[in-house]
Amino acid sequence: MVAVEAARSVVQLKGVDFYYGDFKALEDINLEIRENTVTALIGPSGCGKSTVLRLMNRMHEVMGKTRVKGEVLLDGKDIYADDVDVVSLRSRVGEIFQKPNPFPKSIYDNVAYGPRIQGRKSSDELDGIVEQALKQAALWKEVKNKLKTSAMELSGGQQQRLCIARTLAVEPEIILMDEPCSALDPVATQQIEDTMDSLKKDYTIIIVTHNMQQAARVSEYTGFMLIQETGEPGRLVEYGLTSKIFTMPDRKETENYITGRFG
Amino acid sequence: MAPGVLRHIINRMGRLKTAQKLKENLIGKIILGCGVLSVAVVVLIFAFLLRDAFSLFGSYSPVDFLTGRKWYPISEPPVFGILPLVLGSLLVTVIAILLAIPLGIGTAIYIAEIAPGWLKEILKPLMEIVAAIPSVVLAFIGLTLLAPFIQDLLNLNTGLTALTGGIMLAFMALPTIVSIAEDAINAVPRSYREGSLAMGATRWQTTGRVVVPAAMSGISAAVMLGIGRAIGETMVVLMVTGNAAVMPTSVDSALKPVRTLTGTIAQEMGETVFGSSHYFALFAVGLVLFVITFAVNWIADQILYRYRESE
Ligand SMILES: Nc1ncnc2c1ncn2[C@@H]1O[C@H](COP(=O)(O)OP(=O)(O)OP(=O)(O)O)[C@@H](O)[C@H]1O
Ligand SMILES: [Mg+2]
Repeated sequence: MVAVEAARSVVQLKGVDFYYGDFKALEDINLEIRENTVTALIGPSGCGKSTVLRLMNRMHEVMGKTRVKGEVLLDGKDIYADDVDVVSLRSRVGEIFQKPNPFPKSIYDNVAYGPRIQGRKSSDELDGIVEQALKQAALWKEVKNKLKTSAMELSGGQQQRLCIARTLAVEPEIILMDEPCSALDPVATQQIEDTMDSLKKDYTIIIVTHNMQQAARVSEYTGFMLIQETGEPGRLVEYGLTSKIFTMPDRKETENYITGRFG
Repeated sequence: MAPGVLRHIINRMGRLKTAQKLKENLIGKIILGCGVLSVAVVVLIFAFLLRDAFSLFGSYSPVDFLTGRKWYPISEPPVFGILPLVLGSLLVTVIAILLAIPLGIGTAIYIAEIAPGWLKEILKPLMEIVAAIPSVVLAFIGLTLLAPFIQDLLNLNTGLTALTGGIMLAFMALPTIVSIAEDAINAVPRSYREGSLAMGATRWQTTGRVVVPAAMSGISAAVMLGIGRAIGETMVVLMVTGNAAVMPTSVDSALKPVRTLTGTIAQEMGETVFGSSHYFALFAVGLVLFVITFAVNWIADQILYRYRESE
């Protein structure tokens, strides 16, 4: 844990407010994500967890009118600065969605998609990238003999690991996961969690989950978010080491939530 | 509850059930009848077409008919070579396809992916209005506006050419292609777009490499239906292609008058003597048209089917 404490911050949110149109969804979020760790965001539905993730890869910009106040820093640089290119930002901050969303293409073409759009075309190079990404996502053994079959024929858990491989193929620094296991059975969930564990040494992972055990199992840090009253913006109520949040949280609300007394 | 009441209820339910069953049965029969009727009509049409067409082949060689390069139906003796008509139809259709496919798909992508909301609201109904314009009216526009324009632009003897016909046909096929292709593109799940954008793909890469391929079966269906409409079209080609039954021999034939299969039937049917060899020859032309249309539809079905299988 000492080593973890010393790790450098890769993402920093400083006094961030966020609006969907006129609706203020987040207020005064301050958060530091440390390198090569897994950070879990927990909290009741609608408190803005997904929104916090979207802030980090600017995916809210594809959903209409939104506004960000405050600073979101990636490696110390504001990602909302004018000279930041969204496209290259998103290749540094990958995202895994709640519902597995492989493209209706072959397994190979799914994983090769990212490198190809970056202009890497040589098939030797792509073969290598695809194999490595699938191995990292712990899917290689299951699919190595059917790389040309459609990704739609895989099971839900395999599809989700394929999405992880697809994201790894563009070599991001950070991987955002928004309830990545909520559509999966316990075995598939276990596989994803194992995969996350092995990815931690090379990547920084931020996961949103409604599953308290999962948060406790996979993460070093946990942030608890909450809306005080309906219509109010979501806030980060407590943030710190997972071991502390789950055993002796500072705030009463956190304890109530974790022990299942509300939300 | 008294046993009598219970029995009464059960009885009633039983009767209701039989009534229901009778109704289901009747509906099933009616639907079956409709199906049989429409198939029977098609078969009958085909049979009559066959009978009248074969009346010609008693006195005229089918080989000469199919490969003859001259269509002189009222000379003595008449010459019924339909090759110029087949090639004329082919030329006009190919021109229409070459124009309609890129334009139609491009427009569909524009409406679905790029146009702002308010423009979408205008363009979609506009397309439907264009689709509803009767083809005679379109042909009239082609005749009075497009033909002179093409004549002046390319410095031709006449603006009534295969190109003019092709452009008008493409225009007719466009609404079908655009609206069906646009629906197909819209039906692509948002999660595909998000997945692609979140990996650092640009909007264009997302459209070109994920959205359009994912909508491809719908887009092909749109193209096939659009082309289907163009091939069978009569009024437009009759009025704007110039109606000269000459062999299109080279690419520049696109800038000369041609005559199509449909145009020939429409033009000459009214002038023939019932039961004459010319009359039967026109039925034979109809048969050829039927076979070609059938073949195109069949091929289109195969392509679509393959595509769905491979997805
Ligand atoms: N595209 C949007 N437009 C307008 N409001 C939105 C949009 N997305 C989310 N919101 C609102 O912002 C608030 C936070 O939403 P968010 O999706 O971040 O919550 P969440 O914590 O991820 O919830 P859940 O656990 O149910 O996924 C909610 O009140 C939601 O209604
Ligand atoms: Mg969410």
